[in-house]
Amino acid sequence: MNRILWILAVLLSHWRRHPMQLATLLIGLISATALWSGVQALNQQARSSYDRAAATFGGARTAALVGRSGATFPQQLFVDLRRAGWPVSPVLEGRIQIGGRSFRLLGIEPVTLPAEVGNAPAIGRAGLQSFVTPPGEILVSPETLSELGLPEGASPPASGSAVLPPLRVAAQLAPGIMVVDIGIAQRLLKLPGQVSRLLIGKAGGHRVPLENVTGDKLHLIAPDAESDLERLTDSFHLNLTAFGMLSFFVGLFIVNSAIGLAFEQRLPMLRTLRACGVSARMLNTVLVVELISLALVAGLVGLVCGYLIAAALLPDVAASLRGLYGAQIPGQLTLKPEWWIAGLAISVVGALLAATASLLKAIRLSVLAAAQPYAWQQAQHRWLVLQSTVALAVLGAAGGFLWLGDSLVSGFALLAALLLAAALGLPAVLELVLAQGQRRAKRALAVWFWADSRQQLSGWSLALMALLLALSVNVGVGTMVETFSRTFTAWLDGRLAADVYINASDDAQATAIKAWLRERPEVAAILPGGRAETQINGAPVEVLGIADHATYRDHWPLLQSTADHWARLRAGDSGLISEQLARRLKLAIGDAVEVPAPGGNWTLEVVGIYADYGNPKGQIAVNFAALIRRFPDIPLTRLGLRVAPAAVPALMSALADKFGLDGRNLVDQATLKAESTQIFNRTFAVTAALNAFTLGVAGIALLTSLLTLGNSRLPQLAPLWAIGITRRQLAAIELLKTMSVALITALLALPLGLLVAWCLIAVVNVKAFGWRLPFHVFPLQLIELLGVAIAASLVAAMIPVLKLARMQPAALIKVFADER
Amino acid sequence: MTTGKQIVLSVRNLTKAYRSAGEQIAVLRGVNLSVAAGERVALTGESGSGKSTLLHLIAGLDRADAGEIRLADTSLSDLGEAGLAAMRRDRLGLVFQQFNLIPSLNVRDNLVFQSRIAGCHDAAWHAELVERLGLGGLLDRYPEQLSGGQQQRVAIGRALEVKPLLLLADEPTGNLDEATADDVLALARDLVARTGCGFLMVTHSARLAATLDRHVNLSAGLIT
Amino acid sequence: MNDRLRISRRGFAGGALVLAVSRTPGFAQGFAGLGMSGEGFAPVVPGKTFAFPADHGPHPDYRIEWWYLTANLVDSAGTAYGAQWTLFRQTTRPGPQQEGWANQQLWMGHAAVTRADAHRYSEAFARGGVGQAGVEATPYRAWIDSWQMRGLDGMRENTLAPLELSASGADFAYALRLDADHAVVLQGEAGYSRKSERGQASYYFSQPYFRATGSITIDDRPVEVTGQAWMDREWSSQPLASGQTGWDWLSLHLNSGEKLMLFRLRQNDGHHYASGNWILPDGKTRQIASADITMTPKTLTGIEGRKIPTTWDIAIPSLNLAISCVPLNANSWMGTSFPYWEGPIGFAGSHGGVGYLEMTGY
Repeated sequence: MNRILWILAVLLSHWRRHPMQLATLLIGLISATALWSGVQALNQQARSSYDRAAATFGGARTAALVGRSGATFPQQLFVDLRRAGWPVSPVLEGRIQIGGRSFRLLGIEPVTLPAEVGNAPAIGRAGLQSFVTPPGEILVSPETLSELGLPEGASPPASGSAVLPPLRVAAQLAPGIMVVDIGIAQRLLKLPGQVSRLLIGKAGGHRVPLENVTGDKLHLIAPDAESDLERLTDSFHLNLTAFGMLSFFVGLFIVNSAIGLAFEQRLPMLRTLRACGVSARMLNTVLVVELISLALVAGLVGLVCGYLIAAALLPDVAASLRGLYGAQIPGQLTLKPEWWIAGLAISVVGALLAATASLLKAIRLSVLAAAQPYAWQQAQHRWLVLQSTVALAVLGAAGGFLWLGDSLVSGFALLAALLLAAALGLPAVLELVLAQGQRRAKRALAVWFWADSRQQLSGWSLALMALLLALSVNVGVGTMVETFSRTFTAWLDGRLAADVYINASDDAQATAIKAWLRERPEVAAILPGGRAETQINGAPVEVLGIADHATYRDHWPLLQSTADHWARLRAGDSGLISEQLARRLKLAIGDAVEVPAPGGNWTLEVVGIYADYGNPKGQIAVNFAALIRRFPDIPLTRLGLRVAPAAVPALMSALADKFGLDGRNLVDQATLKAESTQIFNRTFAVTAALNAFTLGVAGIALLTSLLTLGNSRLPQLAPLWAIGITRRQLAAIELLKTMSVALITALLALPLGLLVAWCLIAVVNVKAFGWRLPFHVFPLQLIELLGVAIAASLVAAMIPVLKLARMQPAALIKVFADER
Repeated sequence: MTTGKQIVLSVRNLTKAYRSAGEQIAVLRGVNLSVAAGERVALTGESGSGKSTLLHLIAGLDRADAGEIRLADTSLSDLGEAGLAAMRRDRLGLVFQQFNLIPSLNVRDNLVFQSRIAGCHDAAWHAELVERLGLGGLLDRYPEQLSGGQQQRVAIGRALEVKPLLLLADEPTGNLDEATADDVLALARDLVARTGCGFLMVTHSARLAATLDRHVNLSAGLIT
Repeated sequence: MNDRLRISRRGFAGGALVLAVSRTPGFAQGFAGLGMSGEGFAPVVPGKTFAFPADHGPHPDYRIEWWYLTANLVDSAGTAYGAQWTLFRQTTRPGPQQEGWANQQLWMGHAAVTRADAHRYSEAFARGGVGQAGVEATPYRAWIDSWQMRGLDGMRENTLAPLELSASGADFAYALRLDADHAVVLQGEAGYSRKSERGQASYYFSQPYFRATGSITIDDRPVEVTGQAWMDREWSSQPLASGQTGWDWLSLHLNSGEKLMLFRLRQNDGHHYASGNWILPDGKTRQIASADITMTPKTLTGIEGRKIPTTWDIAIPSLNLAISCVPLNANSWMGTSFPYWEGPIGFAGSHGGVGYLEMTGY
C-alpha cells in the first residue's frame, strides 16, 4: 500500500508542475459529466412524471376494458363482470374547467381499485369515508394545488354550475390531474351511471369469458410498458440525449488530448520508475488508480454543474413538453441516488475511454526505447493514413444508416457517423491543405510557416476536431431552427385564418353566442368547428371538422392535393390528412383511410395532405357537416369568426362581458399566434442552450490544447529567434498559424453543418415528429457563426501567443543550453 | 581479479543478438565478467560494441539469448518481469545518461523515491548522502533548476539511497565538462567505497576508465 | 399488508370497537374508522319479534351485519375439510339509503377452504348501491362479486333451506347445497344476545342443522364432499364495551345430535364475558351462563408473529361436558385485510364431534 501511495505521489507530482494540464483534464471531465448528467436529470425528471401520470389509477400500465367506440358505457357492465369473476374496477375520465384552466378529472372506485394500480384511499386507510361520501374530495398533486393558489380543504370555483368538492393533496399524483370518487365524477361530468373504462386487477380465480358477459360491447387493452406520453415524448428526449451525448464526447476529446499530452510528457518519468524497479503491472495499476481518482473528483464537480444546468433548463423543457404534448413536469428538480451514481460512473468510464490509448501505450512501454517526448509526431503520416481509413469506414457506415435506416435511432446514428467521420477525416484534409500551401510558398519563412503548421497538426488535431464538431452542429441546429421558425410562422398565418376563436362552455352557450353574433354587423362570417377523437391502428387521431368557407379554401396550407379537393370534401367521403398521419400510415393522395366512428367505420379518400406542425397526434380534416353526421355526440362549442381587424378588440370585450368568456375560451388570432410561436421558441431554447454549451466546451478544448502545446513549441521557435526574428514577429506568426488552421476548420464546418442540417430536417425530424420542412440556407447566420468561431479561436490562441511575445530571452536561450 | 571478496556480479558466456533488416547481428558473443563487492570496474568499448546492451542485460531491462547473469546468489534468468523489477528496486542502483531524474519531483523527493518505493528508506544514510554529495542547499530545487553536474550527483544519490549491491552507470558523465565529470566521478568512487557495493561504469573515456580499480574492454562482442 | 395489520391491531388496542357484536372487529373498525358511537343507528333492544323472510335480508339501519356460514365436510375417502362463506355489511353513515355510488353500505366477503395440509382464503370488497354486492330476502339471495348464496326452489323461510352456495379464489373453489329440516334457532334471549355485563348486545339467530353436499376444489382437483354446516345471522349498532380485546367463538356439532354455541369476550381485567347456547336436536335451546363456562387455551401456535391458542379445553359442569378441541389445521389463518383465525376443529372427551373455531384479537 505504501508502495502504491509513493508511486501515486510521484505520478501526481507531474500535475503539480503542470497545473494547466490538470485543469484541462478536469475541465474536460467536468464538462462531459456536467452536460451528460444535466440532460439525464432533465430526462429523468420528465420520465418520472410520466410514470406518475401513467401509474395514476390505470394509465397504460394496467390492462383495461374499454368500449368499442371509445365512448363511455353503462356501469352495469362493471357489475356484470364482477359477478362473473372479473377483478375489474371502474374509471370515469373527463375534463373539468377551473379558473379558466382545463384539468383531467379521473373518477375512481377506491374499494375495488387493484392495489397495484395506484395509491388511493382504500379499505383500512384513513380518508376513505371523506373521499367517497358526497361531496367527496378532489385529490391533487402539490403542484396543482399551488397552481390553483388555493389552500388544502378549499373548494375550487367551477366554471359551470356544479359545486366542486374540497381539495386534498396526494403527493404521488401527477400534476394536472384531479382524482375524485367515481360517483362524484359521474355527477361533475354529468354522466350518471357511465364509466370510461374498467381496470383489470391481477387477482386470479375463475373468469367467465368476456364475450359471454358483455358480448362485443367491450374489448381488452393489454397493459403497455410504455405510456402514450412516453411514446409521444420519446423523440423529444432522444433529441436531448443526443445533445448530451455530443457534449459528452466533445468533453472526452478534451480529456483525451490532455491525457495524451500528459502521457507523452510523463514518458521519461514512467521509464525512470520502471528502471528504478516499479513493475509494469504495478505502474499500470497506479496509473488507473490515478485516473479514477481524478475522474471521481471531476465527476462530483460535474454532477453539481449538471444539476445547475438542468435546473436552469428545466423551465424551458417543462414549457416545451406542456406545449407540445400536454405533459406536466414539476418545476422542482428531484434527483434519485441512481443519478449521482450514474454520473460518477459515466465520468470514470469516460476518463478510462479517453485514456485507453495512453494506457495501452503504458502497458507496452519499453524501458529501453529512446525517450522522445513527441514520438507521436514522427508517426504522423502513418497515423493520418490510419485515421483517414477509419474516417472513410465510418462515412460508409453513415451511408448505410441513410440508405437502410428507418428509425429515429438510425437517424441519430447517421448524424453521429457523419460527424465522427468528419472529425476523424479533418487532420488528413488539413494536411492536404497545408501541404498545398507549403508547395506554393516561395519565401523561406512562408515555407517554414506551412511546414511547421503541418508538424503541429497532430498536437492541434483533437482541439480542431472538437471545434469542427461544435461548429457544424451549431450550423446544423441553427439552420434547422431558423428553417423551422420561418416555415412555422408562414404556416400559422395560413392555419390561423379566423380572426377570433371562441370555445363555448357547452352547446347551449354556443347557440346563444351564434345568435348574438349574427346581429353584429362587424362579424363577416361565423365558422363552426368541431373535433372528434378516435383511434387508428391503436394511435390517437383527431378528426377536425372545418366549415366549407372561403376562409379555409383561400388560406389552408396544403402540401399536396387533388385539383378539386374542397369540392370533394363537401361530399363527406373525402378528407385531408396531416403529414404526420400520412407518413405513419403510409398514405398518399387517392388512398382510402378507415376512420372508426360511433356508427361504424367511415371510409375517407385522401384528397390532400397538409402540414400540422407541433401536433403529436395524427389529424384528418373533413367537412364540418359530414363530421357531425358521423360523430353526432361531439360538442359544437368551437367557433371561428371573421372580423375586420379594427373591430376585434371591441367585439372581444363585448363577448367577454356578455357571455363571461375569458382568455382561455376567447382568443384573437394575434394572441394565439404569439402563444404558439412562444411554445416553439421555448422548445428550441433548450436545443440552443445545449448548443451554446457545446461550442463553449469546444472553445475550452482549443484554448487548453494551445496552452499545453505552447511550452513544447519553444524548441521550434528558438532557432528562428536566434536567426533574428523578434519575439513579436514570432508571436504574430504563431497567431496567424493558429488562426489559419482554425479558419480552415471553420470553413470546413460550414458544408458539414449544412449536411447536418439536412440530416436533421430530412431524416431526424421526419422520424421524430413526422413532418419534413423545406430546406433553406441562411448565409447571414453562417457568416455570423464563422465570426463567432474565429473570435473564439482568437481568444483561445491569444493567451499562449501573448505569453510568447512577453517571454524572457533567457527562456529561449535555455533551449540551446539544454541541447548540449 | 580480486579474490577474497564476495562476488556481487557474475556474467558467464552471455550472448545476445538483434535482428535488423532481416539479418541476425550478434552483439554479445560469450561475455564473461565479474565484479566483487567494493570493486570499481570501467567498461569501455567503441560505439556499437555492445556496452549498453550488456549493462541493460545486467539491469534486467532486457533478456539475454544465452549465458547467465548472477547478482549475488540470484540468477536473473530465474526471475520474471516482476522479479526483475523488484531486483532493480531493492538491489541495484542505476545512473544512466537519460531518464535519471523525475522532472516534477524536487531534489529531496528524487533522492528518496526509489528507497521509499523499495521500503528501505534510511534517514541517517540519506542525510549522509546529502552531505557527501553537497546537495544540502539544493533539496527544494527541481531538476530543471540544476546544472548537469548537480543533476548527475542527485542521480548517483538516488541510486545509492537503497544501499545497492551493485551500482550500474551508463556514461554518467557523458553530458558534463571535464572538470565536472571528474568531480562527479570522484564522489561516486568515494561513495562506492563507503557502501562497499560493486560499481560497473560504461564509459568511452580512457582517462576516466583509468581512475577506477579495473578496466575491461568490450570488442566484437567479447571482453578483452 | 403491514400497514393494514397495524391499523387493525391499533384498533384492538384502542378498545373502542364493535367487538361485542362484530365477528371480525377489525373489519368494522377499519370500515368506520372512528370511535363507533352508536348514535344515529337503530338500537338493539330486548323483545324483538323476528319476522321471516324479512329478517333474512339486510337491516341497513343497523351499523353492522353478517351472513356467516361454516361447514365441516368429508370426502369419500374420509378426508376432512372445512369451508367458510361470509358476507359482512356495514353502514358507514346513518340516515336514509342513498342511490348509486352515494349509498352508505360497504360489503366485504370472506371465503375459505381448509384441509389438514392446506388453508386457502380470499376476500372481496364492494360498495352498495350499484349491485356489486348485496342481500335480498325474496327470493333469497346474498352475493358479492361471483360469490353467491341463494335460495333454491321451494326454500322455506323458517328453515332457510334449501340453499346453494359458491365461492372461489385464485387457488380454490367450492359449491355446496344446504338442506335443513329444523327451523332457525334464536340465540340469547329470544334472539337478543348480550355481549357484555354493560348492555352491549346484538340480534342473533342461527341455522345449525344444515346438511351439506357438494364439491371442493383445491389446486384444480375437485372432490365430492358431504357434511354439516352452521349459519349465523347477526346484526347490531352498538359499540364494543371498553376493555374488551378480542374473542373466541365456537360452533360445535356433537355426534349425539346436539349443537353447542359458545363464545368468550376477553377483557383487559381478565374477567372474560362468556356465553353459550345448548341446542337440542328438536330445536329446543338452553342458555348457559358465563359462570358455568370454562374455556382454557392449551397449545399456542405462532402465526405472523402472534401466539394463537389453537387447542382448547372446554368444561361446562351443568351439562357434564368436558372436551378437548383440536384444529384440523392449526394454520387456519385468515390473512385478509383484517386478519383472524377461523377453521374447522374436532373434539373428544365427554362428547365427540366437529365444529368451527374463530379467534380474533390475538
